[in-house]
Amino acid sequence: MVNYVVLTLLAIFSLGPLSVLFFNSLKSVPDIARNPLGPPTIGVEWGNFPKAWALGRYAVTLRNSGLIVAATILGVCLVAGLAAYALSRFRFRGANFLMMYLLIGTSIPAQLFMVPLFVLWKWLGLLDNLGGIVIIYCALYSPFATFLLRSYMLTIPPDFEDAARVDGASEWLIFTRIVVPLSWPGFLTAALVVGLWAYNEFMFAVTFLHSDALKPVTTSFLAFASRYGRDWGMTSAGAVIMLIPIAALFLLLQRRFVEGLTQGGLRG
Amino acid sequence: MGVHAKLRAEAQARAGVLRRPRARRGLLPWLFLSPLLALNVLVVLGPSVGSVIIAFTDWTGMGNARWIGVANFVRMVHDPVYRIALINNLRWTAIFLTVPIAMGLLGASLLAGIRRGQILYRIAYFIPYIIASVVNAQIWRNILNPLLGIGPWLAHHGIPYFNVAFLGKEETALYTVAFVDNWHWWGFLVVVYLAAMQQVDPQLYEEARLEGAGRWQEFRYVTLPMIRPTLVFTLLMTVIWSFLVFDYIYILTRGGPAHSSEVLATEAYQAAFARFEAGYAAAVGLSMSLFTAIVVSLFMWLRRRGWEI
Repeated sequence: MVNYVVLTLLAIFSLGPLSVLFFNSLKSVPDIARNPLGPPTIGVEWGNFPKAWALGRYAVTLRNSGLIVAATILGVCLVAGLAAYALSRFRFRGANFLMMYLLIGTSIPAQLFMVPLFVLWKWLGLLDNLGGIVIIYCALYSPFATFLLRSYMLTIPPDFEDAARVDGASEWLIFTRIVVPLSWPGFLTAALVVGLWAYNEFMFAVTFLHSDALKPVTTSFLAFASRYGRDWGMTSAGAVIMLIPIAALFLLLQRRFVEGLTQGGLRG
Repeated sequence: MGVHAKLRAEAQARAGVLRRPRARRGLLPWLFLSPLLALNVLVVLGPSVGSVIIAFTDWTGMGNARWIGVANFVRMVHDPVYRIALINNLRWTAIFLTVPIAMGLLGASLLAGIRRGQILYRIAYFIPYIIASVVNAQIWRNILNPLLGIGPWLAHHGIPYFNVAFLGKEETALYTVAFVDNWHWWGFLVVVYLAAMQQVDPQLYEEARLEGAGRWQEFRYVTLPMIRPTLVFTLLMTVIWSFLVFDYIYILTRGGPAHSSEVLATEAYQAAFARFEAGYAAAVGLSMSLFTAIVVSLFMWLRRRGWEI
């Protein structure tokens, strides 16, 4: 019983602020001025959502985020899938060193490589370019996906592959026809986690994408929220629009998200 | 960051559960690894090496650079803003080594003890973690608003202590940002610790109970030792990540007011992209890596000395 009381208090701490956001997204400006934290009192103001959608230019920014997320997932799955295959199927000199490097590499501060990367991207024409940010995300998230997929591939029973090898199949054929199809749950988990990170990422997006036509939802929301800071109803509606896709996907695939994020998700 | 997955796979391989990879000479594995390596060299390794060189120049980010030796580092050591930022990173580390860890352990051990509703609570705690920093920051910016937020509301109802411009005052800015960041972080730790606790053999608890152990003793002498690898790992990541914190500070205060919530990452960022001191920014970034390197080496040294972490 005591358990439930404390757990419920913690749940209120966790969800209370979110419900304030939902309430505010449904309130008109005068309602918020009178009652900034509770549920709507003078009727529900649905109009905040179309207003936020238009003024926050969500049609454009959600499209940008969608493109970035999709391309990052594809890139990471390809790059990490190949690397995980090498690290799970071959024993070779340098494998341990490489894994150690990838492990440590994930905790290198971005501030160490950001400035030269910025200059390099400018020089290569990748600055203010969706492809440019996708390459960065692929590089940053592939090590995580490699470890995840490697540990997944290690659990696949060797029988199929041995049979294929006896038949003379090449490593490439074994990779594409046997190991990848058998590791799809691993790929799905990696895709969910990497997609979430790419959708929520802020620091590189704010640094490398400047023009309004290319901004993803994160950085454009920040600009939107500070520009229309007084209209809490509308900015809250904008925030709700932004978190709906993620929340829906999370509730749908909760177990897999949790599995992937707790294995590899110790990131801010 | 995959450490767990790696360690678990390693342990399984050692136990003979899994087949060990075949020995292989030649280029084939490197062929499979080449896209990963190329990306890493292009985005992380190459530019990092570039930074090590830039840190010894007066480069602005454009045009020519002049070699100035260790001048950037000398300036850094004497710069009061750098000192504030470093101290704030240490404060941040201290906060995140205690508050979210304690909340995570509390939530997880309570959750492990219930049957009904476990999944619902788990979802409730986890949701803030998956929401973008810009949204979480916006939620709390409204709640903590000095005119319309919870502070004035409480003051109106007779509790005046929270009627403070939390994000706008030098005394409270850093702690307020830490509070908001922690709000989205602790629930993640609940789920991590819960997963670890569910691996503990229930028989150990039964034995402890037979010997008359109370709840606290069970937690102290069964749960804590059994989840130690997970606990130590989260502590390690907390320390590393506390030196890298950027998003919430940049979004909520930009390091202000008057640098009171400045951390190394925001200082390096401002130097690079607002003040055009690429050389100095690289030096600050390099110092951040040094702290990370110290923590990682300490961790590896302890592991080599037989600590089971």
